[in-house]
Amino acid sequence: MSWEVVIGLEIHVQLNTTSKLFSGSKLSTGAEPNTQASLVDLGMPGTLPVVNKEAVRKAALFGLAINADICRHSVFERKNYFYPDLPKGYQTTQLDKPIVGAGVVEVQLESGEKKVVRIHHAHLEEDAGKSLHEDFHGMTGIDLNRAGTPLIEVVTEPDMSNAEEAVAFAKKLHAIVTSIGICDGDMSQGNMRFDVNVSIRKPGEPLGTRTETKNLNSFRFMERAIKLEVERQIDVLEDGGEIVQETRLYNGDTHTARSMRSKEDANDYRYFPCPDLLPVEITDADLDALKAAMPELPDARKARFIADYQLSEYDADLLSGDLATAAFFEGATKAGGDAKLAANWVMGELAAKLNAEEKAIGESPVSAEQLGQLIARLKDGTISSKIAKQVFEACWAGEGDPDVVIEAKGLKQMSDSGELEKIVDDIIANNAPQVEDYRNSDDDKRKKKIGFFVGQAMKATQGKANPQQLNQLLKQKLDQ
Amino acid sequence: MHTKTLTELKAGLANGDFSSRELTEHFLARIKQFDGELNSFVTVTEQQALAQADAADQAIAAGQTGLLTGLPIAHKDIFCTEGVRTSCGSKMLDSFIAPYTATVVNKMASEGAVMLGKTNMDEFAMGSSNETSYYGPVKNPWDLERVPGGSSGGAAACLGARLAPAATGTDTGGSIRQPAALNNITGLKPTYGRVSRWGMIAFASSLDQAGPMGQSAEDCALMLQAMAGHDHRDSTSLNQKVDDYLGALKEDISGLTIGIPEEFFPDTLDGAIADNSRAAIRELEKLGAKVVSVSLPSIKLSVPAYYVIAPAEASSNLSRFDGVRFGHRCDDPKDLEDLYKRSRSEGFGDEVKRRILVGTYALSAGYYDAYYRRAQQVRRLIRDDFARAFEKVDVLMGPTAPETAFKLGAKKDDPVSMYMADVFTIGVNLAGLPALSMPTGFINGLPTGTQVIGNYFREGQILNVAHKYQQVTDWHRQLPTFGGEQ
Amino acid sequence: MAIDSKVVAQVAHLARLKVDQADSDALSSRLNDILAMVDQLQQADVADVAPMAHPLDVTQPLRDDEVSEPNIRDKALEIAPAAEDGCFLVPRVIE
Repeated sequence: MSWEVVIGLEIHVQLNTTSKLFSGSKLSTGAEPNTQASLVDLGMPGTLPVVNKEAVRKAALFGLAINADICRHSVFERKNYFYPDLPKGYQTTQLDKPIVGAGVVEVQLESGEKKVVRIHHAHLEEDAGKSLHEDFHGMTGIDLNRAGTPLIEVVTEPDMSNAEEAVAFAKKLHAIVTSIGICDGDMSQGNMRFDVNVSIRKPGEPLGTRTETKNLNSFRFMERAIKLEVERQIDVLEDGGEIVQETRLYNGDTHTARSMRSKEDANDYRYFPCPDLLPVEITDADLDALKAAMPELPDARKARFIADYQLSEYDADLLSGDLATAAFFEGATKAGGDAKLAANWVMGELAAKLNAEEKAIGESPVSAEQLGQLIARLKDGTISSKIAKQVFEACWAGEGDPDVVIEAKGLKQMSDSGELEKIVDDIIANNAPQVEDYRNSDDDKRKKKIGFFVGQAMKATQGKANPQQLNQLLKQKLDQ
Repeated sequence: MHTKTLTELKAGLANGDFSSRELTEHFLARIKQFDGELNSFVTVTEQQALAQADAADQAIAAGQTGLLTGLPIAHKDIFCTEGVRTSCGSKMLDSFIAPYTATVVNKMASEGAVMLGKTNMDEFAMGSSNETSYYGPVKNPWDLERVPGGSSGGAAACLGARLAPAATGTDTGGSIRQPAALNNITGLKPTYGRVSRWGMIAFASSLDQAGPMGQSAEDCALMLQAMAGHDHRDSTSLNQKVDDYLGALKEDISGLTIGIPEEFFPDTLDGAIADNSRAAIRELEKLGAKVVSVSLPSIKLSVPAYYVIAPAEASSNLSRFDGVRFGHRCDDPKDLEDLYKRSRSEGFGDEVKRRILVGTYALSAGYYDAYYRRAQQVRRLIRDDFARAFEKVDVLMGPTAPETAFKLGAKKDDPVSMYMADVFTIGVNLAGLPALSMPTGFINGLPTGTQVIGNYFREGQILNVAHKYQQVTDWHRQLPTFGGEQ
Repeated sequence: MAIDSKVVAQVAHLARLKVDQADSDALSSRLNDILAMVDQLQQADVADVAPMAHPLDVTQPLRDDEVSEPNIRDKALEIAPAAEDGCFLVPRVIE
């Protein structure tokens, strides 16, 4: 009997506010250590937190996006533990009354199936600082710039049963938070971090002991870490061992994971309501305003793509998920006037190129408008699809807009029939044996043999001949 | 000059009877002369005080005065003061030069106050005798072998001996009112949220409140006027208009209903303590107040509830003292655990450690419901008792403390009996109500005080009650022989 | 709910306090005195009473999302017990 895998996720989503959750310190990455750590962030004696309005708004917007109940009086609590990157000795977070209650996220799987993942809740909390281990001659340096950064922690029910589902869910969540504009979604900057809870069991048996693999910061690492952990658990159980409830660390470079040094004390975080903060109220009017300002969600966008652009469900799903991709697609469609071509180019040439150079779509050297122009030239027959790829490469290399490239390189299709006719005549005159062979063949063979003349013509025109026009002309001349 | 109240000194400055510099030098000289024995200051900021005094004199000359221009005031060493050591009475912060200034200190400075220095206190405000200070106990100016009460013991003692004309304090369970009673001064704990806690080193955040300590209710009204108000840096400070406290002192109190909670006069109470408070209430009756008996049945659980809630909050509030970013750090920590444990154990005194342990235990898994949650439930019962009483009465009165100043060391080995020193004051903090203590006579040469508790935001009313009483009595004018030349 | 030296040791570890073996018994006994006093809470009838975390029934004021805090690193590091290259320094952290 095979093993059944049970996966639940906890996702830390960094909110893209201007200032921190409890202080007016600037939120940004890459600043010199401790230059964006205020009195509050440093946990100075006598300092007090004040809640950022925008962080509350963004958390509630997320709740509405997943059809969750919004807690009208959510409460901040203190989670007490000692760690050098935790300046106050407690993390201000939410426990009993989180701002976002139970909700659901529907995920489209590659198989075409749909999967509903239940969200247990999502709460607002502050991030910790960073421990730096290099360059401190055996000591550790503490940088508190990140301390106090607003996060929402999204906690799912254990509804996923393999790594692919978990990744599909994670991508969907990424699509939601970027679509509603609450998170920049840059995984390389830690904007989203995943903790994965994995257990296995035989079908019908109660849940097995779970482990938690923490701080996975890419979809790929998440997928690999889950598979690795599932294999490990199967090996342990099939060898008659037991799974120990523990926290594990995954190393993406070596594709290995290890148990974190177990703390000798069982975690007793001594949660209690933070006496420096009061219940955060969200009124009916607040909710109405949020609903009115709700940006288009990925599911709605997908439906619109299918309806407006006649995309297949699969294409619509790929293009609507990521806000930047969706915007790129729509920009290229608008500029190019052909959704199907735009979809093919965004999912094909562009995606391959971005992938090869490990670039996000936002960093694409070819803009949506440029791609649109390229598509327009394809459509109006100025260039062939073969030439289009060449133009795209040139645009990518920064040689200018498609029109500029086409002009500069003289890539315009030869659509002047007089000029083309002359070339065709020359080819027929100079290749008498082939012409004769062609004319002696039956219709079926002629279809193959015409390729030779097309090749010669393309060679002569450096690929600029309009293929349809050329075909027509050749047939006309050869068949007479 | 030191026999004058703050209000009288303000008039003297306005009249040009003396300059702020003369006044400040006078008190600095008294501190030099007497504080060696009293130990009421941790830090005297002489240079800064004189500079502020000179600036005040210029402001007075230019006719640009604030509420407190040129008046010397001593701040409890729990308020952060930029560039000046802020110790909180602890070895942990012995070398802590605060990088910013508390709102209370800023507000008073912006009204022209002159800071004389920082007063001694129980370590992290945990204590009722000022014996837990790292800087040694403060003596009571009425009997140098006795304690001044706590935790604002330095503030009360320096004021009792007139080494400062006014002082700030903080009150988590009685830390303004109990030492006020023991040193024959007037001290007010405002409604929770009336005064900003920004820059006031936290003991128990949901109970802590700063307030004025003065020679009279009028002095307290003057100071509160400068201290009170919403602060955008303190989420728990109330965004509500600040009353005219000096104006409130002009109101008539005839027809005022005084409630006497029977629980504040238990059979076990020292008869002489009870008599002094009853006599004070009779004076107010003569002024037209009505007296009725009320009951606060849950108040008997205020001490147990407090000794769960306050240590629980403190255990968390004091976690930031970890030897990493400020404060005491042990020598040569061998690893992180060692850094934490030795820095904290060396930096904190015994009472602070006890309370951290009690609070940690009360919040720990398996005990939360039995202790912390239950204490918060009892807290609501206590608040509801007060609310019911205030449906019938305007103010509540009773003794501030169950006994006069006790001998130094008398309760050192018995924390629980020490905790009972605040039996009448703690309920007020749990409910968040305003209350003051005013001098109401002596027992064997030691001062006693009576507490006046008001409804939320009725500081003006309780100050007025005390003011009316002080206009017909002179207990608050009595001075100890210590400090000479009386 | 009496506590013994073992519980004291556990709680002290949670609070990152060192308790010397020699003081442990005396400390346990003091803590037990306090807990015995606190145990009076068990008499209270609190059925259906909501816990009260704050004296006043008010809600959290919210701050506009603006940068209002200056860079205070130099000031902060000056009072730090150990700092280097803009960071606070602690013994090596092993995860």
